[in-house]
This record gives sequence, structure tokens and C-alpha cells, in this order.
Amino acid sequence: MKLSDQQLDRYARHIILKEVGGMGQKKLLAAKVLVVGAGGLGSPLLLYLAAAGVGTIGIVDDDIVSLSNLQRQVVHDTSAVGTPKTDSAEARVNAINPDVTVVKHNEKLTTDNAEKLIAQYDIVADGCDNFETRLLVNDTCAKLGKTLVSAALSQFEGQLATFKPFAASDTPLPCYRCFVPEVPSDQTEQSCSERGILGVIAGVMGTMQATEVLKEILDIGDGLAGKILLYDALSQRQRVIALPRDPNCPTCKDL
Amino acid sequence: MIKVYINGDEMSFPDTVSVTALMVELGMTKGRVALEKNREIVPRSTFDEVMIEDGDVMEIVHFIGGG
Repeated sequence: MKLSDQQLDRYARHIILKEVGGMGQKKLLAAKVLVVGAGGLGSPLLLYLAAAGVGTIGIVDDDIVSLSNLQRQVVHDTSAVGTPKTDSAEARVNAINPDVTVVKHNEKLTTDNAEKLIAQYDIVADGCDNFETRLLVNDTCAKLGKTLVSAALSQFEGQLATFKPFAASDTPLPCYRCFVPEVPSDQTEQSCSERGILGVIAGVMGTMQATEVLKEILDIGDGLAGKILLYDALSQRQRVIALPRDPNCPTCKDL
Repeated sequence: MIKVYINGDEMSFPDTVSVTALMVELGMTKGRVALEKNREIVPRSTFDEVMIEDGDVMEIVHFIGGG
């Protein structure tokens, strides 16, 4: 694959970076990333992955854009209210960058379709809004050997980590289930719709999540495998701590 | 007597305690939070074996799942 003159121009600020260059830009154009959820996290993810020239972006979401989404879900706009989020997000991504092929999955991720769907991609970015789906995405990614970059939001805070328990490492790397072993009993209290969220938190976390996705594709810097980033907006405090594998984790203990 | 720090607050215990005992003491329901000890998450299945020692610095990390 050779970059066209238009692409050399569009991605000039990437190509000038020695950590990216023409080779790295070609990696981005060849990459296939699945974004789970076109909501608060999915919005900045989609915008920045598209702008960066990630060649194939899958979007899985079965939801419709509602007016109360627009306070934080910046990939959608007022005219899209009432339409499927996948359609609205696709239109925006196409407008940003025609190099990107968008694959719409206007469905819920379930145990029946997860493997078939995730198998088509290299990297999964999870920005969904519930623990059942998070654990399903995790277990499927671990089984298929797909890198998972996972972020989560609450009112004024966010968490971000990368999971690749199958990868070679000095100490065994964890999966999401090593952190959240099962669906918490009071999870309804944890959703943005129930508890509220300062919209911009989604922008901060989704953009950091996109950063980690790009780093994984480009294989640059220190990733967040074996670590978790904790962000608190009210104190503007951000910490990265170690997240080891749980030696008895049912998902990854034998990997 | 051991002295430890939880979410920045000092706490003391007569002796070393397991993470399980600490969580009971703090009234933390199993399954809603993780425990960070000295900048590392303690795996859930090791809560009975991992002991809290004098000087340990801990934070309660709540599970969040919004997107």
C-alpha cells in the first residue's frame, strides 16, 4: 500500500513524528478496531480514531440517539435525535475522513454474536454502559486473543486499562475479570442515566482511550496492560497503579 | 499495634489483619469495590491470604461501568 498525495497531506502531522512516520500511518490505515457503544466514550473514540485514519472501524450499538445523550455524546447532533446511533456515528465519521470504512452492527452484543463479531477485528475498545457486556467483551477478547482497551465512567471519575492476558510478559497480565470478577450487585446505581455525569468526563476518558488504542496499533510507548489508570476530575488527580492477574481468574488463569 | 492509611485516613489495628477482615471492618460489601494496597490492586481470590501490614497505604477503588 502506498500513501496517496491526499493522504500524505491529511496525515502530515503524524508522518512527521518519528514514532509514527509513513510506516505507522499505514499500520493505522490497515487496522481494524471495534468500538463497543457509540455513547459517551464511543463518541471521542470514533472522532479521533477516524481522524487518525484507522482504516476500518466497527460500531456496535442498538440504541437510538436521544436528546439527553447530546450533553456528552459529541459524535451525534440534534438532527440525529430519534435515529440509530450507528447511522448517526457513521455519517459523522464519513464526513471527517473518507479513508475510513465504517462497519455498522446495529445490534446488542450477546453471547450468541460476540465471537463472530469480535473475530473480525484486531483491537476492541469497550465503552459500553453495563457490566454484563463488559465481562462478555472481556471473555471473548481473551478467548480470541484480541487486545481490549477498556474505559468506564462515573459522575466525576473514569477508569482506563488495556487487557491482553494472552501476551508474553515477565509477570502474567490480567484480564478485565481480574479487576471486576462478576457483575456488581448494585450495578443499576452505576449507570450515567441513573447517577448523572459531568459530560466532559466522557471526553477526557474517551480521548485517553483512543490514545491507548493508537499506541497499541503503533506499538509505541508504555501501554496500560497490567495497569489501571484512575482519573478524578474534582481533584484533577490521575494515578496509574498496578493491576496483576488474579491467579484464580476463571477467564485467564490458564492462558 | 499497626498503623495503616485508607483513602488518606490513618487507622490502627491491634495486629495484622487479612484483607477480608479489613473489608468487613470497613463495611465494604464484597463485589462492589477493589482494594488498592501500596499502589497495586489486590486480586479478589487472595483476600483471605493477603495480610495488611504496618505502614500499608490503601485506597478503596469503586467499580464503575458507565460509558
